[in-house]
Amino acid sequence: MSALKIKKGSTSHSAYNLRPTFSDAIERHTLAVLVENEPGVLARVIGLFSGRGYNIDSLTVAEVDHTGHLSRITIVTSGTPQVIEQIKAQLGRIVSVHEVHDLTVEGPSVERELAMFKVAGQGDKRVEALRLADIFRANVVDSTLESFTFEITGNPEKIDAFAELMRPLGLIEVARTGVAALPRGET
Amino acid sequence: MARQMTGAKMVVQALIDQGVDTVFGYPGGAVLPIYDEVFQQNAIRHILVRHEQGAVHAAEGYARATGKPGVVLVTSGPGATNAVTGLTDALMDSIPIIVLTGQVPTFMIGSDAFQEADTVGITRPCTKHNWLVKETDRLSGVIHEAFHVATNGRPGPVLVDIPKDVQFAQGTYCGPKPSASHYQPQLKGDMETIKELVAAIENAKRPIFYTGGGVINSGPGASQLLRELVEATGFPITSTLMGLGAYPASGDKWLGMLGMHGLYEANMAMHDCDLMINIGARFDDRITGRIDAFSPKSKKAHIDIDPSSINKVIKTDLPIIGDVGHVLEDLLKVWKSRGRKTNVDAVRKWWGQIHDWRKVDCLKFKQEGRTIKPQYALERLEALTKDHDRYICTEVGQHQMWAAQYLGFDDPNRWMTSGGLGTMGYGFPASIGVQMGHPDALVINVAGEASWLMNMQEMGTAVQFRLPVKQFILNNERLGMVRQWQELLHGERYSHSWSEALPDFVKLAEAFGAKGILCGDPETLDDAIMEMISHDGPVIFDCLVEKHENCFPMIPSGKAHNEMLLGEAETQGVIDAKGSVLV
Repeated sequence: MSALKIKKGSTSHSAYNLRPTFSDAIERHTLAVLVENEPGVLARVIGLFSGRGYNIDSLTVAEVDHTGHLSRITIVTSGTPQVIEQIKAQLGRIVSVHEVHDLTVEGPSVERELAMFKVAGQGDKRVEALRLADIFRANVVDSTLESFTFEITGNPEKIDAFAELMRPLGLIEVARTGVAALPRGET
Repeated sequence: MARQMTGAKMVVQALIDQGVDTVFGYPGGAVLPIYDEVFQQNAIRHILVRHEQGAVHAAEGYARATGKPGVVLVTSGPGATNAVTGLTDALMDSIPIIVLTGQVPTFMIGSDAFQEADTVGITRPCTKHNWLVKETDRLSGVIHEAFHVATNGRPGPVLVDIPKDVQFAQGTYCGPKPSASHYQPQLKGDMETIKELVAAIENAKRPIFYTGGGVINSGPGASQLLRELVEATGFPITSTLMGLGAYPASGDKWLGMLGMHGLYEANMAMHDCDLMINIGARFDDRITGRIDAFSPKSKKAHIDIDPSSINKVIKTDLPIIGDVGHVLEDLLKVWKSRGRKTNVDAVRKWWGQIHDWRKVDCLKFKQEGRTIKPQYALERLEALTKDHDRYICTEVGQHQMWAAQYLGFDDPNRWMTSGGLGTMGYGFPASIGVQMGHPDALVINVAGEASWLMNMQEMGTAVQFRLPVKQFILNNERLGMVRQWQELLHGERYSHSWSEALPDFVKLAEAFGAKGILCGDPETLDDAIMEMISHDGPVIFDCLVEKHENCFPMIPSGKAHNEMLLGEAETQGVIDAKGSVLV
């Protein structure tokens, strides 16, 4: 998956000690960043990306440990292996950041995104939209005589595919949450 | 030792508990309660500056010269925004400072109140970390954490923003507990990589140590270990602008500074080496020149406490993340236990090559006629002050590079200069901070007249606090470095790069109640410098120098280390279109 031959189970610390070959290939990585949930912490992370010219493809954040006041930020980013290494190192030096994990290289992981689609139409198009939604296991969460609002969960590719299919059937509005991800397995 | 007290008192108590003896600051509406507490105690000396930027640079100078963190106290709004340049300077040069700012009361935040600014928002990218404290009970803990963050890991500036109602309110004070912080950077390097580096040291034919400010920041012990390693291996050593003094300039393994205005032998050795050992430096663009032609034949080791420095610019073969002192200690231990081996014959041959490069004598200049050459002024300053307990600050520009080239530093923490940010106006307030840390030392700020004018208001501070700082101004009535670049790559069109309407510096000094000295004659220069040294008080020394002297050697933008310009020869057109977009 990656140009970096990183052993399965590497931690954020060992990742620093790797010796990447500088390649020009753009890679997509999913990073899980555990941060102290304090005012301004999201601004620190986003400011790092904008200030240093890195890409954010998607970003989600919410408090995941209410007693420890820890939030989990899941960032999907893209760049050359050198840039990805820099992003992880730069995130790691933010004082409010506790842990940085590169789910793309630390072993298999599962990614999910939630999206809502409003599709307006009548007759065959309306039936076809409902039929496709069933195939994609999307739920109808709101409906009128001339529209459906679907809720769908899946990896980003599945949601992209569903959006493509809905477009000719009267897609008028989309809301996506961005990716949440966890490593597979027990740890 | 939990105690009840007001937030304002907590600030002073926390500073005392952190061992702070000096604070640089400027009062204003939002910090009045803290200033009231400062008034009622004698443990901490407050130095009233004349501009908040001066306070931050003074704190930086104090920190660089003493190894202790510098502390700044300023008000909200303009007080905080004026501190931004100093914060950025300290961030770029990894200087530990703690800036305490007042803020409008919590219930007025967000209402565009008088002297309100989003201080933590503005300073987020120019601090290592910052805090807005909204509860008095949290204040002491945050201030102690601020000291911990500023001084541990890669040092840097931090800021604590304290609303006025938090200063007035009562709360519980807690003493320092460093272990309470989750911020605990890794100090020890990876032993396997250290062993690989030892093996590389044993086999290297053309090795070089390339050291930086990280050695100084790691403390005097790190400089001591570096000296031991250099002497024991016999390898040549060069340093960045920030690292001068870690290895003594009088040492026989010293090649001089490297980089854009570094010495010929240092840059050539960097280009041709087969093992480069980077200790606490960060492959800055002033050092590397053209990246794809940077030291093409070498294996590169990089010791740095900041993981993000590794592979940021230059690909490293042996990265070691850790504190310079800790890593050097382990490195020496392993190297000694394996029999202190080096490739003696090859290294001797390498030194032969270096001696040949040295014969170029890249710093030679001719002092002729009745005009003082800036290099000559610094050569005489060096000769007449080197035996003193001396600290040197600089502003930014040609004079800064000449000072780095012609002055010698035999100890760390003796050289205070704005390296990363290149802040004109840094040197004068920094010299005030240095003098506060070392009241009996000879503190000289080597300046250009344009840089010096940027913070000249601090003359009031120097005179008020009887700080005998010597302002040695190389006055060429030009923005010399700008003029040099315009000559080299803008067809000698000198757009706005001269200083008109300059003050009479002697009268200026006298107007502030200080001493002014004017010298424009090489014959009387020595006497004038001696007069400056012997005067017990601040001095402005207006040294009139050659107006069109260029700073050489120079690696032009976009060129490699072995493509240096050595002198006034053909300099037109040496920077191509690709190079001219670089700064």
